[in-house]
Amino acid sequence: MGTTIKIPEPSAPFPGLGVENAQGLLQWISAVDHKIIGVMYLLTSVVFLVLGGVLALLMRVQLAIPMNHFLHPEVFNQFFTMHGTTMIFFVAMPAIFGFAVYFIPLMIGANEMAFPRLNAFGFWLTFFGGLLLYFSFVAGGAPDAGWFNYAPLNERNYSYNHGIDYFAIGLLVSGIGSVATSINIIVTVLHYRVPGMALNKLPLFVWMIFVNSFLLLAAFPALNAALAELLLDRELNAHFFNTAGGGSALLWQHLFWIFGHPEVYIVILPAFAIYSEVFQVFSRKPIFGYAFVAASSVAIALLSFGVWAHHMFAVGLGDTVNSFFGASSMLIAIPTGVKIFNWIATMWGGKIHFSVAMLFAISFLIEFTIGGLTGVAFAMFPIDWQLTDTYYVVAHMHYVFIGGVISGMLAGLFYWFPKITGKYLDEKAGKWFFWLFVIGFNGTFLIQHVLGMIGMPRRVYTYPNLPWYGVLNFTSTFFAFVMGFSILLLVFIMRRAMRHGTPAGPDPWNAYTLEWATRTSPPPLKNFEDLPAVTSRRAWWDMKQQAVNPHPQTKNDDPI
Amino acid sequence: MFLQAVEDPQSFQAEHINRLFNQFNIAAACILLLVVFLVIYVTTKYRRRHGDDSEGAPIEGNRRVEILMIGFPTVLLAWFFYKTLAVSSAVMPPVNPTRQPDIIITGHQFWWEVSYPRNAGTPNPANSPNYVITANEVHLPVGRPLLMELRSADVIHDWWVPQLGNKMDLVPGNKNYLWLNIRRPGDYIGACSEFCGQQHAWMRIHVVAQEPADFARWLDSNARNANPPADALARAGETLFQTRTCAGCHRIRGTPADGAAGPDLTHVGNRSTILTGLLSTNEENLASWIDHPQEIKQGSYMPSFMFSKDSIKAIAHYLEQLK
Ligand code: HEC
Ligand SMILES: [Cu+2]
Ligand SMILES: [Cu+2]
Repeated sequence: MGTTIKIPEPSAPFPGLGVENAQGLLQWISAVDHKIIGVMYLLTSVVFLVLGGVLALLMRVQLAIPMNHFLHPEVFNQFFTMHGTTMIFFVAMPAIFGFAVYFIPLMIGANEMAFPRLNAFGFWLTFFGGLLLYFSFVAGGAPDAGWFNYAPLNERNYSYNHGIDYFAIGLLVSGIGSVATSINIIVTVLHYRVPGMALNKLPLFVWMIFVNSFLLLAAFPALNAALAELLLDRELNAHFFNTAGGGSALLWQHLFWIFGHPEVYIVILPAFAIYSEVFQVFSRKPIFGYAFVAASSVAIALLSFGVWAHHMFAVGLGDTVNSFFGASSMLIAIPTGVKIFNWIATMWGGKIHFSVAMLFAISFLIEFTIGGLTGVAFAMFPIDWQLTDTYYVVAHMHYVFIGGVISGMLAGLFYWFPKITGKYLDEKAGKWFFWLFVIGFNGTFLIQHVLGMIGMPRRVYTYPNLPWYGVLNFTSTFFAFVMGFSILLLVFIMRRAMRHGTPAGPDPWNAYTLEWATRTSPPPLKNFEDLPAVTSRRAWWDMKQQAVNPHPQTKNDDPI
Repeated sequence: MFLQAVEDPQSFQAEHINRLFNQFNIAAACILLLVVFLVIYVTTKYRRRHGDDSEGAPIEGNRRVEILMIGFPTVLLAWFFYKTLAVSSAVMPPVNPTRQPDIIITGHQFWWEVSYPRNAGTPNPANSPNYVITANEVHLPVGRPLLMELRSADVIHDWWVPQLGNKMDLVPGNKNYLWLNIRRPGDYIGACSEFCGQQHAWMRIHVVAQEPADFARWLDSNARNANPPADALARAGETLFQTRTCAGCHRIRGTPADGAAGPDLTHVGNRSTILTGLLSTNEENLASWIDHPQEIKQGSYMPSFMFSKDSIKAIAHYLEQLK
């Protein structure tokens, strides 16, 4: 009746969602504050993590015993496609962006991202991209050609339901959001640093996300082009990839992996970024070899554009191509190894606090080394010819993605949760969670290396009762449920912390970087009133040492 | 059946790759152990003692350590790259363009077409066949290098038999090749390893490696046309097969049936399994497949029919006799 809804300005960086606060939800939706958007990214990630995890568990049930009939093959194929797509694009990416847009302004002493509205735009594109993808389930069937969606199987004549159209549109939409956010991050870092924070004094977290944003800017156009071409093929009968009409099946693979391999680093570099902070704070030491850790990120970013065909060693590209991409892929092991050893050296001589965040960082060192070494095996392409597209590669990539990316996000969660909410995540329950997760994860995936070596291809909805297949798959399924249970526990720990967690105060870990310099946790809507010029890489630490604390604080003052 | 692992190589190619894999695994194990050892050592030695709130030693780096971190892996990787090239050229030497393939494998959703374009390896070429075509069960002679040509009729598939070595994609529009030098006679199993649609899981491979003489005999017997039906029931089955669309998709040499959308059935009764290993070949299984293919292998490209029980029995009886 002519009444206009007043769009509320958020009143706090963590506005309540309760019914008593009628505009709670609206405050979230209308927010452009980088902290609120960061939290929304993180919540999106958690929701999709649960969805993708449930899909994985259903698949593991189907694979628990040979010749199982729990899931129809069509459904199984939709599930593994959606699982992979969800985990990469709607769990890893939002988690990364969540931490990035929340903490980059704080860590460089800024009050906002460079383009707050673009920031909100980026988030909502990611969010709705995910919804579009999942809408396919009720619109005739989810995509079912795998997350890398090879041509010509992805064409109309082989996949006639609309799942793949939703896949293409959903990823295009969220991809545009990712590009927007990357530009935003780059401009923010270049333009809004506190005086004195030269590029070589950036906290490593900011450094790596900064490098990563360039990587993302360069990688996504290839995917977006490929998706646009695919849509033209499917909707307007173009012939980019349709071999039946003279298109090229391999063109899709090249375009996809020119994006896809850098994407692997796009999701791992931010995890590296988080570890780099966690190792310092909980070893009570500055990073070992700052320049090497930072430079190796640049090296990884550059090299990652020259390795894509290592996903294509078995398509028959010939000796010359294989040798080139084999060599470049092996090279990537060097900067990665440099990082691992620098982190170990960071702990050397420290006073190590075994917080949950630190435990995840330590377990990462070993798990990621396993994933990295099997990765080098794949760069040696004759070995790749044996093991690619088997459960060995499934094991490899989960060691990289879970042991590397997810563990990093979890370390970040336990490290920064007190800043984001003002409450500790319970460390004791957190340790239970950590051990269940690590045991579940390794139990699920370590033996999958063996399954690959005894001939089990990936992406099969069932398998004949060959020696050891049943036992190994059953074990894998069992531990997958342990991991699934640990995630439930995590959600429970988070809920409990929000409701009656111990107040954390503004600087619970006695940390080094500026996000902990805000007056309260969560930080006030305006992050900083004023900050003194920065003189070293550990800006907040210096201020505490020189007692020029800009925001005199009492320990444990309840922020809410 | 016994365990068929990459660690039990049965071809020249698989042996080479396996050796490289084992060498790498030893190096990788050493590196992993080093990392595990360092992590355990550092985390026990430098754990914070209770009540100690001091900072760690202010070490910011050490150039010599960094050089070691970069130098050592570089040398190791260079060596493995050299090994990689050596193995690669042993396993996949270039093909002389005049060399005819010994065997052509064409991938279909979700079965393998297998043809032998020439009589290579048969001791008596004079009376051996020029062309044999079959499906799913791949007979190969041991003891000499075979050149395999790989094609696809629809989407990308992938040939992989772990004990026989490297896999290779079957890419529509391209021709790929693979060298294969099998050591010992035996049954080797593998599977399509590139996701190719709904029944990717049931696109398995069964290789029967034979002594050259046995292989030649097999090739001869498979060059024959199909056996004519032996009894009245089989004759009825043949008529049904020829008149009820089956012939449009399947070939039975020596009869008008000449379809190419499904597996060649000329000697289907000789193959130990149908549907790439899903069912063993017998009258009963053939009957239930013809009765409800979409329940047995959902999404395969053989449609369901409406046959009476008698007709199905006749067709199955006829097919089972095609030895
Ligand atoms: C539209 C084409 C089509 C028609 C018509 C058709 N088939 Fe098939 N048939 C196939 C395909 C494709 C396969 C392979 C299925 C697979 O393994 O995925 C197949 C497989 C078979 C097999 C198993 C072969 C093997 O070695 O695995 C038999 C037997 C068979 N068909 C018999 C019949 C009979 C009998 C009829 C007629 C009643 C018939 N088919 C009609 C396409 C067809
Ligand atoms: Cu890659
Ligand atoms: Cu397949």
